[in-house]
Parts: sequence; structure tokens; C-alpha cells
Amino acid sequence: MLLIHCPYCEEDRSELEFRWAGEAHIARPENIAAITDEEFAEYFFLRNNEKGLTYERWRHIHGCGRFFNAARDTVSDKFLMTYKAGLPKQPIPTAEQAAAIAEEKTVETWEATEGDAR
Amino acid sequence: MRKYSIFAVAREALRAHKGWEAQWSSPEPRSSYDVVIVGAGGHGLGAAYYLAKEHGITNVAVIEKGWLGGGNTGRNTTIIRSNYLYEESMDIYEHSLKLWEGLSQDLNYNVMYSPRGVMMLSHNVHDQQSFKRHINAHRLYGIDNEWLTPEQAKAYCPPLDISKTARYPINGATLQRRGGTARHDAVAWGYARAASDRGVHIIQNCEVTGIRRGPNGEVQGVETTRGFIGAKKIGVSAAGHSSVVMEMAGVRVPLHSTPLQALVSEPLKPIFPCVVMSNTVHAYISQSDKGELVIGAGTDQYNSYSQTGGLQIITHTLDAICELFPIFRRVKMMRQWGGITDNTPDRSPIQGVTPVPGLFVNCGWGTGGFKATPGSANLFAHLIAKGEPHRLAAGLTLDRFRTGRLIDEAAAAAVAH
Repeated sequence: MLLIHCPYCEEDRSELEFRWAGEAHIARPENIAAITDEEFAEYFFLRNNEKGLTYERWRHIHGCGRFFNAARDTVSDKFLMTYKAGLPKQPIPTAEQAAAIAEEKTVETWEATEGDAR
Repeated sequence: MRKYSIFAVAREALRAHKGWEAQWSSPEPRSSYDVVIVGAGGHGLGAAYYLAKEHGITNVAVIEKGWLGGGNTGRNTTIIRSNYLYEESMDIYEHSLKLWEGLSQDLNYNVMYSPRGVMMLSHNVHDQQSFKRHINAHRLYGIDNEWLTPEQAKAYCPPLDISKTARYPINGATLQRRGGTARHDAVAWGYARAASDRGVHIIQNCEVTGIRRGPNGEVQGVETTRGFIGAKKIGVSAAGHSSVVMEMAGVRVPLHSTPLQALVSEPLKPIFPCVVMSNTVHAYISQSDKGELVIGAGTDQYNSYSQTGGLQIITHTLDAICELFPIFRRVKMMRQWGGITDNTPDRSPIQGVTPVPGLFVNCGWGTGGFKATPGSANLFAHLIAKGEPHRLAAGLTLDRFRTGRLIDEAAAAAVAH
């Protein structure tokens, strides 16, 4: 099960609280009635389905209820980062930055709060 | 190829089994082929076999990045049935079921097809209404399916709990008696042996890294980890990795790849006579000939190529199994694994031509590809040989996502995704 950082709640929570919501940064065409069938199929059905780095949406449905974006590796399932909806596609943090971010995070697992700490 | 028979077994028994030959050869790849098929699972190997057998095209290579039958062909729960709702689906799955019935004889390889019956449980009024609609549709289309009362279901499958106080009460079931199981590895091995015997090259441990195209956009061959291999036609049958391979030719396909898990129990004496599925509470169960209970779980919600999945998915399925079959509550689970399924938006497969001349695709079988193996392979071979789909697969085109002629099995049929 994945451990997911909600950028609104600023907490790492279990995957059970979240709903995957498909590829991120797909904008609905503004002139949807005017586009061709090919363009509609492209917008509505075609997806990158990357092996490796992917940008995707998640919803913290059993938490704050908000949508946010994530960058994740689909081979290791490791989250590289999450960021708020509406922000442009974010650059992937370097290993050092990722370590710094991980340090800052509140990790509410039993091991972190009770086990090792005790 | 030496034919397998009772006489061969008797002969080898007297010769200390020294006369058995390798089931397929592993030749060095030629510089080019008439047809290259990417992916040596059941669908790819089967397509090569039918290309050689029915269309006389033997200058064929099947290229596989791992070992043959090591992907979803070796990871599924081996259920075979054809009780889908739409005509496009019934056509292809029933074609497949008919081929299953004669496959062992056709391949001279025991694929252990066992028509032990597939029972689908109904838990509420909605299930009952939609299943009865399915039964009527199937009968009108010449496919066997019947309605069972809870008592009849219990008689057919004694471990089932039909009590009124059950956590998931049962108000009936459908039964497709010709449905059942087959031995998944034997399907891959049988097709590999029969294809190899007809001159098809099976090239394992050779990953396709690119698709080379000519000045007019047509395919010229595949770049692989063992060098360039020329091809007049390429058939992509790469299951969960179809998006990755198609991207090499610049074709986007409407797929998302998700892990699907299965697990088996410790071996038990024969106790479970059929296949039981419950879409409503999400459980699939049958017993293999080795005695293991084979249990299918659901897909994870996110895209992944990790060939593993979340523990909560299998515990959810085991919760349902333990409620439906209280007798299994103390059975220990032995192994668990995941495969990567390629799911389309309408949960129906894609088999057809692509915008790239000479490139054909067979993908999107999602969580239900095993049952379709012979039918899909047979029709994919027709597609590659003739350049246009067979009548039975005419609706499965990639183009349907542009035209809107979707085959919405996700909403309609007997599939639990």
C-alpha cells in the first residue's frame, strides 16, 4: 500500500484515504464543440501510460477531499513529490532536495511516532 | 517434432526417458522476417502458430524480452468463459471457447482444458436482473448459460454458504457449463512447440527497444538488444507494455496499465468442483489440479509496471472468499503475485490496424486475456496475414475511440474490474 503526502493536509497518509484520478495536466479544450473527432479522442481517451516518471492526479477523498498532482515512478511506485492542483508541471527534485523534503515531512506511522522514537 | 502419444510415453518408459527432445528450438535471429510479433505470451505465440498453420506464413519471429509465457500468461487465474454481453465480445470469446475445446488435439499438447463450469453469484435484485438479461442474450446468440436457484448453486458447488444469515447472501447464480479452466503454462508451451515445429523462430531474452520506419512511415523492422531485425509486418502483442512498444512507433493507445494480483493456497484434496466468481463482492476462486485454491483479486487503482500490488487488495478478496466459503477460513495462502494488465476505457480489447502501415496491434485485454488466447491469436493471425480484421474482430478497432462505437463491457457485462 502506498504512503501518500497530501500537499494540503501536509501529512503522509495511507493510500486508503486517496483515489487515483488519472493523468495530470490535461486541459479540457475550451472550444469543445468545435474540435474534430481526432482531437476529442486525443483529449478524452489517449493517455501516456508511461513506464517510469509519470505525472498524475490524486484526490484525498477520505481526508480534505481535494485534488492534487503527483510525480511518481511507475516502476518502483515511489512518489517523487506531490504538489497542489493548479500549479504548472513541477521539476523533479534532486536527490538532495528530496532528502530535505523528506526530513521536513510529518510521518504519522507507528514506527515514526511510537516505535523507533520510543 | 515427435508426436506425443501413449505410445511415446510407453517407449520412453522403456528407454529411461532419454528420447524426449526439446519442445522448441532457440535459433539465432535472421536478419529479417516476413512477420515479427512482439511478445511471446499465449496471444503472440498463438498468432505465430496460426500464421504458419492457416495462412502459410512461416518466416515469422516471436520476440520476447523475458522468457516465453512469463508475463500475464503465467500469472493469471486460468478462467475460461464466454458469457459477455455485447455481440462483439460474444463473437470473439465464443470463437475462443470453441477453439479451447479442440486445442489439446490441435496442438498435440495437453492444455488441460477442463469445462467444469463457471458460476457467477448473484447477491441482490440488480445482479439477478442483469444476469437474467445476460442469460437471455447468450441463449439468443447460441451460447450456453443458465440460471440456478441458491439450492441448485449449492448442489453444484457444495462449499458455498447460501444461508439467509450469510454476510453476502446469495439469491441465485448463473452457470456456463462449458466454461472452466486450462493449464496456463501448457498453453504457452503448446503453442511454442507447435509454432517452432512449423518453422517459427522464438527469440527469448531479446527486448525490442525501437521500431524503425521507412520514408513513407511504413515499418522496416525492430531495434532490439540483439541488434536490428527487419520485418515487413509487425504485430504488437505486449499486454501491459503495449503502450511502451506502440510509443516506439509514435502511436498512442488508450490504455492504462495496472497491477492485478492473484494468490494460491496450500494444496488441498479435491474440494472445489467448479469456478465461482462474484463480481459484487469481488472474488474469483477455483481449484487447480495440484490442489491449490487459485484466487483472483482486483486491480490497483493507479498506473504501475511494478508487477506487484497493494496488500489491501488481496485481503479484500480473501474477506469475501471467507464469507462465501466459510470452510476455507483456516486455509493458508502460499504464494501471491501480480501481473500488469492493459485496460481500455471501455474494458474491451483493441485488435486492428494502426495509422502506421505494416503495424498491427493486439492489446487492451485487461484482466481477461487468458480466456481469449486461442481466439485472439487466431484472429490476430488473420489480421496480420490479410491486412484487415476478420469479421469476428471487426468491432475491436483502435478507431472506435474516434468514432465513438465503444463496446462498453465495463458497464454491461460479466467482468469485475
